[in-house]
Amino acid sequence: MLHEILFFFFAAGCVAGAINLLAQKHPINSALSLIVVMASLAGLFLLMGAEFVGAIQVIIYAGAIMVLFVFVIMLLNAGIEEHTKGSKIAIILGVPGAAVVATLITWILLRTETSNTPISIGQLHGTGADIGRLLFGPFLLPFEVTSVLVLIAIMGAVVLARREDA
Amino acid sequence: MIPLSYYLVLSAFLFICGVLGFLIKRNIITIFMSIELMLNAVNLTFVAYATELKSLSGHIFVFFVMVVAAAESAVGLGIIIAVFRSRETLNVDRVNLLKL
Repeated sequence: MLHEILFFFFAAGCVAGAINLLAQKHPINSALSLIVVMASLAGLFLLMGAEFVGAIQVIIYAGAIMVLFVFVIMLLNAGIEEHTKGSKIAIILGVPGAAVVATLITWILLRTETSNTPISIGQLHGTGADIGRLLFGPFLLPFEVTSVLVLIAIMGAVVLARREDA
Repeated sequence: MIPLSYYLVLSAFLFICGVLGFLIKRNIITIFMSIELMLNAVNLTFVAYATELKSLSGHIFVFFVMVVAAAESAVGLGIIIAVFRSRETLNVDRVNLLKL
């Protein structure tokens, strides 16, 4: 019973945050509602027993990435978005299209029979030790390639954000 | 018990919200946040299936998605700062020419 209550609590947080992200006009409000979505998703990950993923969801996504977003919004002094002719067409065509796709996916997913794996609260299967053994065992090569990717991303960010005349 | 399909429906809803934000938003930073929302929705699907199939590979994939998202946001925000310096605007409708 507690499991259901927690699921619907965090799911409502996700849905409310995602809708608020679309409804808000100012980017800082959208960023804060995205933090709500990410924190609720961390709760859902922990509910499924994914301890490590829930932790890095809070640390990397809700922490590092969103701080970067809020920092850039403040740095560029981003104001309320202005609506042009193109955005009205996008709303007229986009909203019904997205509604149709959402209804279709929901219908298909709810029709498909899925077995329920019972997980009790507090039963964690994706602990840091398990993930570490996989990461430095079968997934060692992708892990090392990722470090090259991060290095290139750091250099790219430095080059892109540098002033031309400096 | 919560069936797997509930998690998948929630994930699909978040993904659709991300697509919708990508389409209807005109601020380049909000568009970028919609992309992050879509990545998060996919992560939820990965973890839900990892739980269903009792396999930890899904968690590893979520880890890699997060690393790529972090790298992408660092580079993307660098591009946004560069665009803002040359155009003085964040509206994507006003950034419609390749040359200045």
